[in-house]
Amino acid sequence: MAISREDVLHVAKLARLDLTEAEVTRMVKDLGSILEHVAELSQVDTSSVTPTAYVAVTAAPFRPDAVEPGVPRDVALAEAARHADGGFAVPAFVDDG
Amino acid sequence: MTDLLDLPLPDVASAVQRGETTAEAVTLASLARIERDADLGAFLHVAKDAAVAAARQVDEKRRRGEPLGKLAGVPIGIKDALCTKDAPTTCASKILVRKRPGAAPDPADGFRPPYDATVVARLRAADAVLVGKTNMDEFAMGSSNENSAFGNVRNPWDRSRTPGGSSGGSAACVAARLVSGSLGSDTGGSIRQPAGLTGIVGVKPTYGRVSRYGLVAFASSLDQVGPFAADARSAARILEVIAGHDPRDSTSSDLPVGAYEAACDRPLEKLRVGVPEEYFAEGLDADVSASVRAAIDALAAEGASLTKVSMPHTRYGLATYYIVATAEASSNLARFDGVRFGLREEAAGADLQQMYAATRGAGFGPEVKRRIMLGTYALAAGYYDAYYKKAQQVRTLIKQDFDRAFSNVDVLLTPISPTPAFELGEKTEDPVTMYLSDVYTLPASLAGVCALSVPCAATPARADRPELPVGLQVIAPAFAEERLFQVAAAWERLSPFRGRAPARAS
Repeated sequence: MAISREDVLHVAKLARLDLTEAEVTRMVKDLGSILEHVAELSQVDTSSVTPTAYVAVTAAPFRPDAVEPGVPRDVALAEAARHADGGFAVPAFVDDG
Repeated sequence: MTDLLDLPLPDVASAVQRGETTAEAVTLASLARIERDADLGAFLHVAKDAAVAAARQVDEKRRRGEPLGKLAGVPIGIKDALCTKDAPTTCASKILVRKRPGAAPDPADGFRPPYDATVVARLRAADAVLVGKTNMDEFAMGSSNENSAFGNVRNPWDRSRTPGGSSGGSAACVAARLVSGSLGSDTGGSIRQPAGLTGIVGVKPTYGRVSRYGLVAFASSLDQVGPFAADARSAARILEVIAGHDPRDSTSSDLPVGAYEAACDRPLEKLRVGVPEEYFAEGLDADVSASVRAAIDALAAEGASLTKVSMPHTRYGLATYYIVATAEASSNLARFDGVRFGLREEAAGADLQQMYAATRGAGFGPEVKRRIMLGTYALAAGYYDAYYKKAQQVRTLIKQDFDRAFSNVDVLLTPISPTPAFELGEKTEDPVTMYLSDVYTLPASLAGVCALSVPCAATPARADRPELPVGLQVIAPAFAEERLFQVAAAWERLSPFRGRAPARAS
């Protein structure tokens, strides 16, 4: 199945992923070839088959509703590229939609 | 003393427990070998000082007369996808490495997790010595270790070839006997395939058998942590230590952990072995096929009964996996956004969305980008039913193939990989060609059952390739890991590969 350049650019935007011109070209080719292989799934009759999301997981277990110590603030911030006022610092953002 | 690293892991632990050697001596021997074989590229970070300090603590504990753990003084390598409190954790990706002006990205500047993965904590509690973090395909995505941002790993049997992937460093360091064991992670074959290509044992436990807490997530419904070791009993010892329920991973099972080491002594008599014909179809190397069939026949002669089984959906494993795994990955890898850890690319005046996209564009390598794109596409409005839902439905059919097979047989025996180790660079051009090297390991991952790779032979040397190891895959039902070890150990007693290790680099 072919995938267009526009499809690639749209999906890259959804994935928050900057791609160079060369990467876009390569992605059109590679995703096209992978999707061509994946198309064989359409041969399988799955009209009455329940999807499987997880195996071997029976039920989500409960834990005691007790307070436990969390990660201290300075430890949580230690690996951030920027932090300020006890929080993660990010560029200012305004919703222009 | 150094020879200890050529012995099975339980012998190393016993020698330390009895005081015949010290944890420090074993650790120094391991560190010396790691340095000698640095050209393998197996390690991204060698925790020299921390390892020696940990070993001294084990020795001190013994001097105080305290009992030592099951992995006393045993040097272990840890795949760099597992969080370690005292060592950088990079997943072999630039996105987990902070940038230093004017310098190439260095794993030493990698993310320092504030906690240990549960499996890492359990190894430490059993008195193992963690000598370093092993190289891998970036975010565990790959089958040759060529997708590491910090250089590929070489196969100790032939340094021009791949050790397999994605846990290539964890496999290579055990195959070259630099350590007594290591941990890897297996999402679609990332422990079993490299174990097969490097001639060692690698175990993918049942989904839920081992905690995933602290394993950097790739595909959450498939990921499992498991051990590598030179032989079945050594791998069994490690699995007994790391398996078991963890309140921090709600998908980890509370079923009791099996007696895996003891299972290595169980005879094969009356064991029902299934041989799925679909695993011996087109594309299988003739030498690999002959070695695997010879191993199956030898096990039959030992008392196992053979049955042909059919698993008709095997051929759809690859397509199913590459939709399910990439969909889950595209969601899991959303956390790498430059905000809380790792790399940040922030141009002057850039807004938040631009910072995310720039960071991810600069930090992720080509294969990771490909999979994020494929997964995002498969989950996008308009394609969800045709791809993601369809793949989940075919996953059900693949699982039913296993359910049906295991209603008649106790284990399945198959090849691990269609070919022995291939040359570095041989399959990097076309992603589908590379993906095909996992065709025999993907179905068991999708079904969530347990499986291991045990070496079964070396291919005969030819003009175009030297002797190379071949892996035999043993697959058992969910939580029947004991059967894996029973079969693997029985095979090792017969195997022409017994005692084989790659020639040492001079």
